[in-house]
Amino acid sequence: MTEVQVSAPTTTRAGVEVRLEDLQRRYGTVTALDGLSLTMEPGELVALLGPSGCGKTTALRLVAGLEDADSGRIVVGGKDVTGLPANRRDMGMVFQAYSLFPNMTARQNVAFGLRLRGVGAGERTKRAGEMLELVGLSAQSDRYAHQMSGGQQQRVALARALAIRPTVLLLDEPLSALDARVRAQLRDEIRRVQLEVGTTTLFVTHDQEEALAIADRVGVMRAGRLEQLGSPSDVYARPRTPFVAEFVGLSNRLAGHVNGGTVDILGLRLPLVDPTTPDGGVTAIVRPEAVGLRNVPDDTGQDALVGTVVATAFLGAISRVTVDLGGGALVLAQLPTSEAADHPAGSRVRLTLRPDPVLVTPLAVGEAAGVTA
Amino acid sequence: MSWLGAVPFLSYVFLFLLLPTGIVVFGAFAGTGGPTMANVKALGDGYVVDAFVHSFVLSAVSALIGAVVGGLLAYAIATGKKDGLLRRVSTSACGVLAQFGGVTLAFAFIATIGGEGFITVWLRTHGLDIYANGVWLYQLNGLTLVYTYFQIPLMVLVFLPALDGIRPQWREAASSLGGSTWEYWRHVAIPLLTPAFLGATLLLFANAFSAYATAAALINQGGIIVPLQISTALSSEVILGRENFGKALALGMIVVVTVVMSLYALLQRRAARWLK
Repeated sequence: MTEVQVSAPTTTRAGVEVRLEDLQRRYGTVTALDGLSLTMEPGELVALLGPSGCGKTTALRLVAGLEDADSGRIVVGGKDVTGLPANRRDMGMVFQAYSLFPNMTARQNVAFGLRLRGVGAGERTKRAGEMLELVGLSAQSDRYAHQMSGGQQQRVALARALAIRPTVLLLDEPLSALDARVRAQLRDEIRRVQLEVGTTTLFVTHDQEEALAIADRVGVMRAGRLEQLGSPSDVYARPRTPFVAEFVGLSNRLAGHVNGGTVDILGLRLPLVDPTTPDGGVTAIVRPEAVGLRNVPDDTGQDALVGTVVATAFLGAISRVTVDLGGGALVLAQLPTSEAADHPAGSRVRLTLRPDPVLVTPLAVGEAAGVTA
Repeated sequence: MSWLGAVPFLSYVFLFLLLPTGIVVFGAFAGTGGPTMANVKALGDGYVVDAFVHSFVLSAVSALIGAVVGGLLAYAIATGKKDGLLRRVSTSACGVLAQFGGVTLAFAFIATIGGEGFITVWLRTHGLDIYANGVWLYQLNGLTLVYTYFQIPLMVLVFLPALDGIRPQWREAASSLGGSTWEYWRHVAIPLLTPAFLGATLLLFANAFSAYATAAALINQGGIIVPLQISTALSSEVILGRENFGKALALGMIVVVTVVMSLYALLQRRAARWLK
């Protein structure tokens, strides 16, 4: 074994570029990855987001070397690592849960990778102590996994992954087994630590809020391919496909008609994301925050834009108001809570739509207006 | 009143465990004329010591063979599909075979590799006499082989849950940290499995140490192991003043098994702490 030079956690190795080139992976007849290509800039945190079975975890496991690609290349810092076994890839990985070695204390867990690299006992202990301090767990260094909470265990797992100063940090849904409050705290913690150490990081999650909150760029995956890769604001505000629009954030699906590069929705004319969309019936995807409400008298006659408030979900500073436009067509409006209070359940309201460019998808047969999450 | 629910269990434990143990312990120190140490002192006689040594060797060797072979089998089963056919068939078979002691097992061995067993005869006709140096099946070596037959499946049943408790993430985490397969086993899997393995081995030891029916069915004469000595002491003539010698032998067995089971409980507790 070779002696490893160890430095303080704040003086880190610069992040390296990671390239995934046309990765293919099949399990029998199921295609898990269908030509995935992705380039991560040095020090960048990219979140792969998608529903179960979209291939995001497979992609991460291929990068880690825990599985082999059928074809394609993985290049880390200019070096092709596709054929290297996991234990020679120099990558730190944090799993969903239960990955700490139960026969070791937190400190021993963190020092384990250094021990395998032949780092001396004194240096190991010092370095493990520093990493535990980095994740705020110095006081728990002598505890075993079963003596720590789920959040603490994941922090130790993060410290353990970082202790070896990996070229790439891989996070496989590390927050999914935690309760909501701890999840949010640890999410911010991971981002803080990642920025501090500057390691290029691939984060896999099915939670869109998590991906948008933590990543420099978000890659939305579907059926083994990247549907869209962009900054969180890009992916949310300018979804390139209906799938991305529907998977990232809430969406209203409203019947519309494209006419000369614009779309008519509920009698309103709005610009299109893609002005070359051919004329005809479409389903328009409208974010709840693009929908506004205005009270109208109860005896207001039937109008495509007039409906009845049926429910309000209080979410703190904002609220989501559900409006029934008649015939079971529901539209969701996201408003400041103070404004939503003006529209109690049962009140008649008129919808207004912000004139943002609208993404449309071909109209499905028999489709009515509705909400997708 | 919450203890009322435990009454059936406590009654069972009292009637079938504590009461017989009490009778044995009390009887070991009782003679016709009152309390006596004669029965217990007789445990020091040469042939009794030999029986205890034989019992110990038989139990230890069959437990070790059972533990190693059963452990490997259990590992093979654990690495297969959790709900696969192989696992279901194997565990069911082990459940049956672990209890397959007694006359049926003895007969199975006599019929196959006994002096005139069909395998013995077949081998003999092909020039291989497995009993050229004596009929070892009815001696300690033979007993060891026969005991191994139920020790291996018992090990599979007892050790499988410990192997199931080993999470694949641990191997993957060790690998991502730079560890080879051997380093993973050395630093993680073996330390985690050792208490359960040793505990299961002790259980096998106790299982063999207390087994009687198989040995009794296989060996008609003499008391080469303690359970057979007890049988002889209960059914044959006894020396005056040592009427309860059988109970003293049983007391000796209880002491050995108690020590072994205490160690087993200790190791199980340690394993359970890690595998929570």
